[in-house]
Amino acid sequence: MALLVPLGWIAAVLAGGAALGWLFRRLAMTAAHGTRAARAVRSMPLTAAFGLAVILIYALVGLFAPLIAPFSEREVVGAQYLPWSSEHWLGTDHLGRDMFSRMVYGARNTVGIALATTALAFGIGTVLGLIAAAVGGWVDQVLSRIVDAFMAIPALIFAMLLLTLLGPSIPNMILVIAVIDATRVFRLARAVAMDIVVMDYVEAARLRGEGLARIIAREILPNAMAPLVAEFGLRFCFVFLSISALSFLGLGIQPPTADWGSMVRDTATLITFGDITPLLPAGAIALLTVAVNFVVDWQLHRASGLKD
Amino acid sequence: MAPLLDIRDLTIEGRSGDDWMPLVRGVSLTLNRGEVLGLIGESGAGKSTLGLAAMGYVRDGCRIAGGSILFDGIDLVRAPEDQRRRLRGRRIAYVAQSAAASFNPAHRLIDQTVEAPVVHGVMPRAQAGREAVALYRRMQLPDPDGIGLRYPHQVSGGQLQRAMTAMAMASRPDLIIFDEPTTALDVTTQIEVLSAIRDIVRDSGTAAIYITHDLAVVAQMADRIKVLLRGQEVEEADTRSMLSAPREAYTKSLWAVRSHQRPERPPPVGEPVLAVRHVSAAYGMMQVLHGINLDLHVGRTTAVVGESGSGKSTLARVIAGLLPPARGELRLAGRRLAPSYRMRPREDLRAVQMIYQSADTALNPKMRLREIIGRPVQFHAGLSGAALERRLHELMEMIELDPATFLDRLPSELSGGQRQRVGIARALAAEPRVLLCDEVTSALDQIVAEGILKLLDRLQEELGLAILFITHDIATVRAIADDVVVMKDGRIVTQGTKADVLAPPHDPYTELLLSSVPEMDPDWLTRVLERRAAPSARAAGR
Repeated sequence: MALLVPLGWIAAVLAGGAALGWLFRRLAMTAAHGTRAARAVRSMPLTAAFGLAVILIYALVGLFAPLIAPFSEREVVGAQYLPWSSEHWLGTDHLGRDMFSRMVYGARNTVGIALATTALAFGIGTVLGLIAAAVGGWVDQVLSRIVDAFMAIPALIFAMLLLTLLGPSIPNMILVIAVIDATRVFRLARAVAMDIVVMDYVEAARLRGEGLARIIAREILPNAMAPLVAEFGLRFCFVFLSISALSFLGLGIQPPTADWGSMVRDTATLITFGDITPLLPAGAIALLTVAVNFVVDWQLHRASGLKD
Repeated sequence: MAPLLDIRDLTIEGRSGDDWMPLVRGVSLTLNRGEVLGLIGESGAGKSTLGLAAMGYVRDGCRIAGGSILFDGIDLVRAPEDQRRRLRGRRIAYVAQSAAASFNPAHRLIDQTVEAPVVHGVMPRAQAGREAVALYRRMQLPDPDGIGLRYPHQVSGGQLQRAMTAMAMASRPDLIIFDEPTTALDVTTQIEVLSAIRDIVRDSGTAAIYITHDLAVVAQMADRIKVLLRGQEVEEADTRSMLSAPREAYTKSLWAVRSHQRPERPPPVGEPVLAVRHVSAAYGMMQVLHGINLDLHVGRTTAVVGESGSGKSTLARVIAGLLPPARGELRLAGRRLAPSYRMRPREDLRAVQMIYQSADTALNPKMRLREIIGRPVQFHAGLSGAALERRLHELMEMIELDPATFLDRLPSELSGGQRQRVGIARALAAEPRVLLCDEVTSALDQIVAEGILKLLDRLQEELGLAILFITHDIATVRAIADDVVVMKDGRIVTQGTKADVLAPPHDPYTELLLSSVPEMDPDWLTRVLERRAAPSARAAGR
């Protein structure tokens, strides 16, 4: 019996997820009917539909946080560590702020910042990586050796060091994590582009006298998209975890701004009392990570032309 | 006696999107022990699919929709996978087109050769090793005792192809399927592989299915020939009567392909468009071209022939400016051409255009034809809007593709021949004076290649292009060349007009090259081998 209850829960969660995915796919099929995307939507696996639905929900929650949250992000609204109730759905935290409202605002802060950081990391890494591959020679050597040097230092320790030097603020954190993650993106972009620059069509473009920018933008980048998109999903999750880790250590998003990483830390004592509330922000992070990877897997599958 | 292989009314379908498209439609085939059947047809005719089906195997995304495959009384369609697996490699073996891709680069040849007989329990490891060496010897591989200890990258392509045949023979199968085993080889290497395969198949009494698109090759190998077209049988007859009296119109058209000839052109007059003078070039320390002299004239085609590694593609790369020559110079209409393409002005870049061997890598897979062909027009001629659109239509009509249907397609939505046409259009879009064609037809079927050659011929007449045509196929040279240059090891062996070079007396290398080209005569291989053996036998006797 003791074993059956958790199994039942797992089954319920899986069924719920599948139902959400199926429902979302039906909706998307109706919405995309007759357009070019219709075919892609119809062949979308349930996992990808589920992932898209979750991402969409997160985005809506983040966008409309002030409308959804019953209380403000930073206001103390009650006693410390209140249990779940009809007024405070998920109770209150160690200062007496409403947990549910902070979860909702956390979606905006944590996801928004992670997205900005990943986008910046990709901008820097992809551009430099493609330039290194397309130009080659000493440009490639210099860029690659700098990146090697950066990668020799453990990422989290390096980030902590830089943030201690620069001072912990949100723009600084975005910049630091983006630069560190850009080294990983650089390596991938360069490796992928290396295989593409030797193609005859790139040679034909060079022989035509095309400039570097056009060769990179039109000839190389479109053919490097599939692995880069896959990496974007993974990288997004890593950045997410980095931010949460830094926040947990006190160097990331600063209080009183709501953030899932620091929310785990702030309410961690409740775990000893058998309360699962501190695990909810962590669960939100895990759910988004899984959702993003479902979608990325699907995109990768499509881009690489694999058939099932 | 019942035939070894009896395929009845076989239909195989392949998935395309949500639908199943037939790849093989109701083909029947019988093969007796010790018999060799040739399967020929263009790509997409279903030859390989049929060949694999003879092993009871279909590729991913395909299914057998009907019919039966009886191998020695066992129905391979209904037999359980386990039983089919035990037949493959033991009683039925397969030799693929690319031996380089079929060998595991991490293991020695001998270990891969003995794998099938040992795994299937035909014989113990030691005996299999001895038999493998005997097979290497029968395949006329050099150093048969030691070659098995080498890794695949340590032997040449022709040797690897022979080693693969030895591997297929290792468990003494009843049936071998050869899928284009010599297509990727030079003519001089092909002849060695052909004779080795023919002898070993004959001596061991193995039945074989020989798949190829080269009629002259199949004429040497097969007892009977079956012609396929779009998954259906066109006709089947024994080799000699098929060659002398093909019944169907399609078969006749296959036979007629090699007859494309062009009238002689008058000898060149005036200054050459492009002159190559004393050019030597090297990749790092490796010297690949030695003192090359060459003239290209308006409206004339110069064919460069030679086996792989002779430096013919390097020559094209030097002319295009991709590999600056170590010594010597290039002149375009009397003016000196900069050695590297980076230093050439746009006018010079425009004048020399290249067409690549493999249209798969020559066209950006993410670009539509509109941009692939339109970009050079825009870039060199500065056209845009309606003028660009008009020029695009003009170019598409030049390459005989309908603009309305094709302009918005991606390269993956075209056939191999159509892609090569697009490659030509992209080169023509720049309005060049010199076209460098690097093996542009060698990846194509004969009928499609024929179309490309005719197209190039017509365009040359219309536009007065000077063409440098690199090829290893003498039949192509006969069809299109005005002048011929024979290369070996980075040097020009002989050069002159087609009539001069192709007519005797030849120098020894040209003679070897010319005599290695398969002819449509079933006795050709035997005759050539006898002729070649005769002088060496005399030398040995002395």
